[in-house]
Amino acid sequence: MRKMSYSGTVSLIIGYAFLYLPILFLIIFSFNESRLPGVWVGFSTKWYHLLFDNEELLAAVLTSFQIASMSATSAMILGTLAAVSMVRFGFFRGRTLFSGMISAPLVMPEVITGLALLLMCVTFERLIGWPSERGMMTVTIAHTTLAMAYVYLIVQARLQDFDRSLEEAAQDLGAKPIVVFFKITLPLIAPSLLAGWLLAFALSLDDVVLASFLSGPGATTLPILIFSSLRLGITPEINALAAIVVGIVSIGVTIAGFVMVRKKR
Amino acid sequence: MGRRGVFVLAGREWRGACNMISDGFLNYSWQQGQEKLNTLYTKGKNSQRKLVVFLPYLWLFLFFLIPFFLILKISFSSSLIGMPPFSSIFEWVGDNLLQIRFNFQNYLSLIQDSFYREAFTSSLKIAGSSTLCCLILGYMMAYGISRANPKWRTVLLLLVVLPFWTSFLIRVYAWMTLLSTQGLINSFLMKIGLINFPLQLLNNSYAVCIGIVYCYLPFMVLPVYTTLEKLDPVYVEAAFDLGCTPWRTFWKVTVSLSKPGIIAGCILVFIPAIGEFVIPEILGGPDTIMIGRALWWEFFNNRDWPLACALAVAMVLLFVAPIMFFQRQQALALERGE
Amino acid sequence: MLPLTQPVRKLEPWQDPNEKPYIQIENISKSYGAIQAVKGVSLSIYKGELFSLLGGSGCGKTTLLRMLAGFETPTAGRILIDGIDVTNWAPYQRPVNMMFQSYALFPHMTVYQNIAFGLKQEKLSKTQIHERVQWGLDLVQMLSFAHRKPHQLSGGQRQRVALVRSLVKQPKLLLLDEPLAALDKKLREQTQFELVNIQESVGITFVLVTHDQEEAMTMSTRMAVMEEGRIRQIGVPHDVYEFPSSRYVAEFIGTNNIIEGLVVEDEPDHVLIESQEAGCFVYATHAASMPIGTHVAIAIRPEKVMISTTPPAGSRNCTKGVVREIAYLGDMSIYYVELESGKVIQSSLPNLLRLSERDVKWDDEVYLFWRAENGVVLAT
Repeated sequence: MRKMSYSGTVSLIIGYAFLYLPILFLIIFSFNESRLPGVWVGFSTKWYHLLFDNEELLAAVLTSFQIASMSATSAMILGTLAAVSMVRFGFFRGRTLFSGMISAPLVMPEVITGLALLLMCVTFERLIGWPSERGMMTVTIAHTTLAMAYVYLIVQARLQDFDRSLEEAAQDLGAKPIVVFFKITLPLIAPSLLAGWLLAFALSLDDVVLASFLSGPGATTLPILIFSSLRLGITPEINALAAIVVGIVSIGVTIAGFVMVRKKR
Repeated sequence: MGRRGVFVLAGREWRGACNMISDGFLNYSWQQGQEKLNTLYTKGKNSQRKLVVFLPYLWLFLFFLIPFFLILKISFSSSLIGMPPFSSIFEWVGDNLLQIRFNFQNYLSLIQDSFYREAFTSSLKIAGSSTLCCLILGYMMAYGISRANPKWRTVLLLLVVLPFWTSFLIRVYAWMTLLSTQGLINSFLMKIGLINFPLQLLNNSYAVCIGIVYCYLPFMVLPVYTTLEKLDPVYVEAAFDLGCTPWRTFWKVTVSLSKPGIIAGCILVFIPAIGEFVIPEILGGPDTIMIGRALWWEFFNNRDWPLACALAVAMVLLFVAPIMFFQRQQALALERGE
Repeated sequence: MLPLTQPVRKLEPWQDPNEKPYIQIENISKSYGAIQAVKGVSLSIYKGELFSLLGGSGCGKTTLLRMLAGFETPTAGRILIDGIDVTNWAPYQRPVNMMFQSYALFPHMTVYQNIAFGLKQEKLSKTQIHERVQWGLDLVQMLSFAHRKPHQLSGGQRQRVALVRSLVKQPKLLLLDEPLAALDKKLREQTQFELVNIQESVGITFVLVTHDQEEAMTMSTRMAVMEEGRIRQIGVPHDVYEFPSSRYVAEFIGTNNIIEGLVVEDEPDHVLIESQEAGCFVYATHAASMPIGTHVAIAIRPEKVMISTTPPAGSRNCTKGVVREIAYLGDMSIYYVELESGKVIQSSLPNLLRLSERDVKWDDEVYLFWRAENGVVLAT
């Protein structure tokens, strides 16, 4: 048995090194004076200055955040409605089709989803004149459709675990189903709704394929910008951006961790 | 991109979701005829219910189902110059004649042109080998975490997930900097004198494999971990008691019993990996052709929308549909109680 | 100290032909696909009763309760409450409230909010709600716990909040799903008394579901024994215990000695049964008329079977055997006596004397006898 635990520890060390060393180097070299990623020349924060001076980049960040908030909120609402329908309602017509549709975005390669949505936008434009051009709205629609499936997954898992007798007791006490949902179910599944929202937000913020298919002039998202600059080669400004993102995420997770630990007490 | 999956803060939610993944997450979607679905909202509120279902249903119908039919339809049209760059299948000739023209050339091109065949096979190869590497590393990590002190397990899992809260692109970029000819690895190796010329580590299939493994590791670790955690140590003890060596026990007992998690993890990695676009685009070279990239090129570079659609249809038929079918069979088998 | 049973009246409501049942269950059935959970149950419950549904698991009692509450729709039959057909009413429309087995207290609300929830749905004014909640909390002595959350309460306290939450709505019918199952023995006994007292003081009709016979017998005004979706017997606890109508009920409630035999004599005032098993003639006065030669079963409670080392007078209702086992239960002992035929009869006696002082010991040859009115001839 001892051998097992050693091999376990060794594999963990290898694994975590694999995961974290690249990011670590990225951050270290964001402070590199030189442009070349391999050679350490000296300490400098010039890339950070360049980053904050880059107006295009800052505009892209704003756009991304806007799209992410909108799509996360709509995905959360739609995903929750879908989860409630599937878990709480018995059989209804079209249930199989619905269950297939709701989980298909999870398996479908994004290039296909992106292509499909773009074609639909073009067709709609020809038929009814909307959407007149591709931009923030179309990207939001795409992100919502994808994120919905994830929110559904999370909320559905929580709803299945949910103690039905609480809802029954509320009904028994005279509350109509809508009241039961808003006063009893919703407050108790709120954490998973929040989790779904955060997940949808992160998804949207990070997506490049759907955004590329569905955005237009004036709606450049951050990932699109980064992607195009990556194709040109290595730019240390991206290192600086990476370091900032990693910093924000780590702080966020640490805070969340503290909040959860305090809640447990 | 990858499936951003279910790495969320509230432990229960992702645990539950991971359990679902281990048991075959699509099973939950496909499960029909669940016998005792407690229908709480029994009488007279059917109209209210319909409204609840209506919204997501309509959304998905409009923005998911119909678009796919559009892809199917356009795959049968021909490429044109103009906007939109494809011809119409339905054409009214005169007052009462509707001409329907199906162009099969796109599909023929797919079959005949060796480029696409190569794209399919190389996608399978790259995705397959990436899944295998991911499985090895992921299984080892999941095993390590499941053997660790219970107090630390959540933290360890969180540490696996944490990098994935940072941007996907940034992580791919990290490997770009490491592997490039001016990158860290080459500079380091040259500095210590092991090599004289920089190695071509980037822009090939190996870099793509590493990228996929790097980005999809949690999708392997989490389902495998969930199954390993549920594994009763009693089985291992029984095997030892019966005279089995640790190595054999590992294979015959632990690995065999964690099969559901392994399968779930492999599916979660393999399927998105095949259709992956960003990683091969950034880390791959001009000769690492994966289907996702091929589709992108057809669409954006060649502006051949119908061919791109045909390619999409082929992808779905060849990769997605079999997996969904497999999952459905699994779900039905589960219901039958195997 | 309030009496546990209803005060003795001339006629109980179920005996009075002029009295209309408050709750009428007419031929209720419930099927889940091929499985029939409840098969054609009809029941009349009168106002102010504490009615128990007793049975093992899977007998359909919980399904019946849920149909009364409105969580399940009957496949056939009707339910009438105070004359109104509520069969198709939703749970939130019915004047019925339920106390769940798990108590189902809303974890995100305080005790006060939990109790006020049902009242808020009735659109009462704030003062009215406050009054009722205070009354409810006072009823179960939980006034100081008003602002605690459920997870800060003990099991017994949660139960009281759950009970009061339903009581403040003054329902026509209160349903209780295994109310004492989660409590330990001492608390159970105490809570039994409390529940009955509350029910009597508030005057609401209670329907209780339980698998615990003691509970049903101690608390109910009347009880129904259910098996496999059907009612086997309804009656006051005393009647169900002393005069079981079937073998199932005889064996389900408490312990019983079942002796089989053939009818040899059938007179208006008695039936004589010859039993090979018991090796004697059984003279039973509580029996319906039946043809000679019918194979019947007779039930005799262990506490009604007397033991003696000397042969009693008379040859009927008495038999001989050897003491094989004595189970010492502290307050009483059960003697397992093996008859000549091999059948074992139980006889339970209170321990008036200490074990060493008694004259009946292991492997003693003893005589068992019982009074004619204590043998019950079973219908099936």
